[in-house]
Amino acid sequence: MFLVSWWFAFLFRIMRAPDLIRFARDAATGNPLRTSLLVLAMAIGVAAVVVLTALGDGARRYVVGEFSSLGTNLVIVLPGRSQTGGFNPGNAITSTPRDLTIDDAQALLRASAVHRLAPLAIGTSEISYGGRLREVMVAGTTADYTKVRNLKLAQGRFLGEGDWRRGAAEAVIGARVRDELFGAEAALGQLIRVGDRRFRVVGIMASTGQGLGMNTDELVIVPVALAQAMFNSNTLFRILVEANGREAIEAAKAQVTEIVKQRHEGEEDVTVITQDAVLATFDKLLGALTLAVAGIAAISLAVAGILVMNVMLVSVTQRTSEIGLLKALGATGATIRNAFLTEAAMLSLAGAVLGYLLGQAGAALIRQLYPVFPAYPPDWAVVAGLGTALLTGILFGVLPARQAARLDPVQALAKR
Amino acid sequence: MSAALIGLSGIERIFQLGDSEVHALRHLELRIDAGEYVAVMGPSGSGKSTLLNLLGLLDHPNTGTYRLEGRDVTTLSLDEQARVRSERIGFVFQSFHLVPRLTAAENIALPMTLAGIDPAQRAVRVTQALKDYGLSDRASHRPNELSGGQRQRVAIARATIMQPAMILADEPTGNLDRATGEDVMRLLEELNRHGVTLIVVTHDAVLGARARRQLLMEDGELRHDSARQASNA
Ligand SMILES: Nc1ncnc2c1ncn2[C@@H]1O[C@H](COP(=O)(O)OP(=O)(O)OP(=O)(O)O)[C@@H](O)[C@H]1O
Ligand SMILES: [Mg+2]
Repeated sequence: MFLVSWWFAFLFRIMRAPDLIRFARDAATGNPLRTSLLVLAMAIGVAAVVVLTALGDGARRYVVGEFSSLGTNLVIVLPGRSQTGGFNPGNAITSTPRDLTIDDAQALLRASAVHRLAPLAIGTSEISYGGRLREVMVAGTTADYTKVRNLKLAQGRFLGEGDWRRGAAEAVIGARVRDELFGAEAALGQLIRVGDRRFRVVGIMASTGQGLGMNTDELVIVPVALAQAMFNSNTLFRILVEANGREAIEAAKAQVTEIVKQRHEGEEDVTVITQDAVLATFDKLLGALTLAVAGIAAISLAVAGILVMNVMLVSVTQRTSEIGLLKALGATGATIRNAFLTEAAMLSLAGAVLGYLLGQAGAALIRQLYPVFPAYPPDWAVVAGLGTALLTGILFGVLPARQAARLDPVQALAKR
Repeated sequence: MSAALIGLSGIERIFQLGDSEVHALRHLELRIDAGEYVAVMGPSGSGKSTLLNLLGLLDHPNTGTYRLEGRDVTTLSLDEQARVRSERIGFVFQSFHLVPRLTAAENIALPMTLAGIDPAQRAVRVTQALKDYGLSDRASHRPNELSGGQRQRVAIARATIMQPAMILADEPTGNLDRATGEDVMRLLEELNRHGVTLIVVTHDAVLGARARRQLLMEDGELRHDSARQASNA
C-alpha cells in the first residue's frame, strides 16, 4: 500500500498518502467548531440508522422468537379446509365438515417423519376449590404436550402416559390459576372441581409471562378424552405435530395430510400449516418495516452530506489565500482537490464512527431498559449506514474540492 | 555570454474590468540570464506584480511568448506548469504567506511535501535549512510565535528548499523595518551569489540600487533597463 503510494508519488510527483492525510487532519483540527459541527451532524445520521434499525430488527427478532417458543419443527393440523393454502388468519374460524378425532391423532404417529405429537381440545369451564370459583380455559391433551411446545413445569409432573381415550382424573394448572385458587396453600395433591368432574392437581406449569405464544398461566390442562367428554364433543381443536427435524418438516406435512385424507374417505378436509410459513410471513413483514425505517434514517445522512458540502465550501473561501500559496509552491489542481476530498472523507469517517458508537450505546440502553426486547442493529444496517455516511461525505465534498482546485492562483494569493 | 534563463517577447497582459480594459503589461521584450540580480521598480499600478506573476507561471499573457530555460512555457498544461513552479521557481511574498497551523519546519518542508519527496530526505534538508537561516531553535514554532524577520526567513527557506533556478520576491521587505529588511536582502543576495537568479520587486530606491540591474516599469511598459542603457552607451 505505502510502497504503491510511494511509487505514485515518485512517478507523478504527487503528495504521498500519509502526508495528504496529515495535512487534511491539521486543516480539520485547525477549525474545531466547524469540524465538530460536521462530525456531529454525520454522527447523528449514522446513530439514527443504527438505533432505528435496532428497534425494527429487535421487533422482528422478538416476534420470531415468540413464535419459535411455540415449539420447534412444528406442524399444526387444524380441522377445516383452507381454500388458499398457506397461513391465513381465517383458518382459525373455518367450519368443521368432519371431526378431527383422537384416533386421527393417534394414526399420525405412524408417519415416519413425525417425532411426536399432542392432540389439543380447548374449551372453557368453571373451576372451583375451597369455595373459590373461577372461569378458566381448559385444554385437553396428552403427555407429550410439554415436549412438543417446549414448556416447563414449576412443580410436580405433567399428565401421565396411557390410553388417550381414557385418561386419569389428573390436572396440571397454570401459575396464575394456582395463585388465585390456592394463594399461599400447597396446590399439589389437592382435589379441584372442573365443570362437574373432580381432578387431582399433579403439576403446576412454570409461568410463561406475557408473550405472543399461547400463555399457559391461566390454563387448566387435563387428559384429552376427559376434556372432550366435558365439552361433549369429539373433535380436536388442533393436533400439534413435531417433525423429526427441520428438513423433515415438509415430509411430515405431506405424510400427515395423506394419512388424514385416507382416514376421511379420501377427502382433504383439514388444513396443515407449518410454523415456518407463519414465521416467514412475519419475518418478511417486519424485515420490510426495518428497511423502511432505515431508509427514513438515511435521509438524515443526506442532510448531513449537504451540510458537509456547505461547510467545505465556506472552508474553501476561508482558505483561499492558502490554496493560492499551495499552487505557487507547485501543487497541482489534483493535489489540492485530493487534500479537500481527504478532509471531507476524514470528517465523514469520524462522524460515522462516532455515530456508530452512539447508536450502539443507544441500542444497549434500550436493551437495558427493556430486557425482553432484542434491540441489536442488523449487520447490513451498520454497513449500509457507515457506507452511506462515507459516500455522501465524499460525494458532497467533490464540488468544494473542485472549486478549490480551479481557483486562480494570483487572485487567491491576493486575497487576505 | 551566459545562457538566457528568461526570454519574453511581445507580451501583453490585459485585464477586463467590466467595459474598460486595463493594460497591465504592454509589448514587453525582456531577457534575463541565469544568475542575474534584477530589481523591478516603478510607481504603484505600473505592472510590477503582474510581471512577476507571469514570470512565476501564476498568470498567463494574452499574447506573446515566454521561454524559460529555452522552453516555451506558455503552451504547457496546468500540471506541467505546476511542476515547473515546484522545481524551478521559488516565491517570496511581502506578507510572508506562511500556513498558520503548520510549524516553521513544516512550512519549510511544504514544497517537498507537495512534490511527494520522502520524509527522510525532507527531514535532512529541513534541518540543514533551519541551520542555514538561524532558525534551529524555532523549528516547532508556529508563524504567530515568530517575529516578522523570522517569518520572512522561514519563507525564504521554503522558497529555496527545492533548489530552484530563480527566486521571485515581491516587496520582500515591505512589511519589515529597515534593519530586518536589510538582513533579509542580504540572505537573498547571498543566494544570488551562489548562482540563483534573483528578481526583486521593490518600491525602495536604495534597495533597488543594490541590484546589478534595474528595470523601471511605468504604466505597463518597461521604461528603463539599466543593462540595455549600459550596452547602448
Ligand atoms: N486581477 C486584476 N483584474 C483587473 N485589474 C488588475 C488585476 N490585477 C492587476 N490589475 C491592474 O493591473 C495594473 C498593474 O497591477 P500590478 O499589481 O501589477 O501593479 P504593481 O506595479 O504591482 O503595483 P503595486 O506597487 O501597488 O503593487 C493595475 O492597474 C491593476 O489595477
Ligand atoms: Mg505589486
